[in-house]
Amino acid sequence: MSLTTTPNLTDHDGFYEELLAAHRDLTPDQSAALNAQLIMILANHIGDRAALSEAIALAKS
Amino acid sequence: MPYDYQPFPYVAPPGLTAPEPRHQVVIVGAGPIGLAMALDLAGRGVPSVVLDDNNVVSVGSRAICWSKRSLEILDRLGLGDRMVEKGVTWKVGRTFHRDKEVFNFNLQPEDGHKMPAFINLQQYYVEQFLVEAAQDNPLVDLRFKNKVVAVDRQPDHAFVDIETPDGEYSLETDYVLACDGARSPVRHMLGLDFDGELFEERFLIADIEMEADFPSQRWFWFEPTFHPGQSALLHKQPDNIYRIDLQLGWDADPEVEKQPDIVIPRIEKVVGHRDFRLDWVSVYTFQCRRLENFVHGRVIFVGDSAHVVSPFGARGGNGGLQDVDNLGWKLAAVLNDQAPGTLLDSYGRERAFGADENITHSTRATRFMTPGDGVERLFRDQVLALAAKAPFARAWVNSGRLSRPCIYPMEAPDNAQLPDITRPGAVASDAPQGNGWLLHSIGADMTVLGIGCDAPDIKGALGVTVEVNDHVRDRYLGDCAAAIYLIRPDHIIAGRWITPVERPATQARIDTVLKGAP
Repeated sequence: MSLTTTPNLTDHDGFYEELLAAHRDLTPDQSAALNAQLIMILANHIGDRAALSEAIALAKS
Repeated sequence: MPYDYQPFPYVAPPGLTAPEPRHQVVIVGAGPIGLAMALDLAGRGVPSVVLDDNNVVSVGSRAICWSKRSLEILDRLGLGDRMVEKGVTWKVGRTFHRDKEVFNFNLQPEDGHKMPAFINLQQYYVEQFLVEAAQDNPLVDLRFKNKVVAVDRQPDHAFVDIETPDGEYSLETDYVLACDGARSPVRHMLGLDFDGELFEERFLIADIEMEADFPSQRWFWFEPTFHPGQSALLHKQPDNIYRIDLQLGWDADPEVEKQPDIVIPRIEKVVGHRDFRLDWVSVYTFQCRRLENFVHGRVIFVGDSAHVVSPFGARGGNGGLQDVDNLGWKLAAVLNDQAPGTLLDSYGRERAFGADENITHSTRATRFMTPGDGVERLFRDQVLALAAKAPFARAWVNSGRLSRPCIYPMEAPDNAQLPDITRPGAVASDAPQGNGWLLHSIGADMTVLGIGCDAPDIKGALGVTVEVNDHVRDRYLGDCAAAIYLIRPDHIIAGRWITPVERPATQARIDTVLKGAP
């Protein structure tokens, strides 16, 4: 199991707030575009192909 | 200058007056694949009859991008130099979003190969060169205006019924090779169908003649300002002919779109002026599909009759030539009793693997170019948006991943200390050898290369001691001092060892390869 599923962020609540703030005042289409870009940016940063497949599986489960 | 389409002569075949003796190979279709097949077999001493219902080369440029691997195969057939001399050599592809370049690729960043990454050459020239070579070859019996109307499969041979302007006749043959294209009449005669995906998107394809100074590069645009919301592709060809592909959308009417008064203004927006002559225009849709099996007893499917892909990636004609490459030596070995019939099953297995890789790449490119509504379009558009601001996203911009030979899965002797690019299953990489080239030293049978050591003397194989230079060291040795490579007649690496005394292992590997084992 290469996907981290236990807490791994130092500032969980702060990140959650920042994520919501990034979407504030966006239309649903703009939010979808922002999310799509974020997914691709983060996927590239993670770089671990197996972990990404596990993440997709976890999200779909 | 527009191409001068000269009809080839029809000659009444002998079978009209008296039954012909059983042939070894009947090839259906005198396109690039059928003709290359006949020449490859002839080079191995196998005669064939090539039947074509038409008597002229293909109209319009059609397949234009010929890959390095195709040129190496055609070079073995004696046509490599003529192709490169006439064609437009290129290796760089540039991709634009609106008016900004977002991605580019160089398909041959290093030297030390005889053949370039790609040339552009209209299919009619390729067919003309192949026809001329076939007409000069006493082992190729080329018959124009001979239309196959029925194929009757028997356990160890087949009958082919043929219509000519002078009436009907039949041929008996050991093997039928169906090289009759995407709509393959032979495939329909056998009641076989493709599995896979159809795309409804319509594309306009046009050849125009103009004096212009575009560089020898592949240019692809997503959502260009001159063709809003769609995509466009530009290729330079010989004779001042340019090829333009324009995406039209799924709801375009092909009959309307083909009219010159519709086409010419569209092209004018691409090239910026009206000083060109329209040479050929067509509207197409495409499929990414294949037959489940390419080998049906004595009838074998080769090229588009076996598998079709979208054109983005140049994987149709080039994939077909790789089929020819794979089948020629195997069929010759079986016909000459040097190998059991199971060797032909390995053609089906290996080329289905190659076709699947081509289908995967061309399906992905097509998806990216013509995304479905909703999330597919969302991600496609966001990749393009990201590509403008972050380098990592540029590699996701997919206007076609250009044809490269697949690496066949093999359970072959290997040594992981040797370079990855020459692992078993891969095409042997070319390299300079004195005034010549490494690939020219590969024989018609198995070849054993001694690199950094003398080639061992193996029964039934040609031994070649390779001159070690920087290119050879990079591609074949890495940090090792010496290696033995076993190369099939189609230039595929079938095994490699780093100990010079591997004679029994090499001999044993040749035996398993000839049985068709992976």
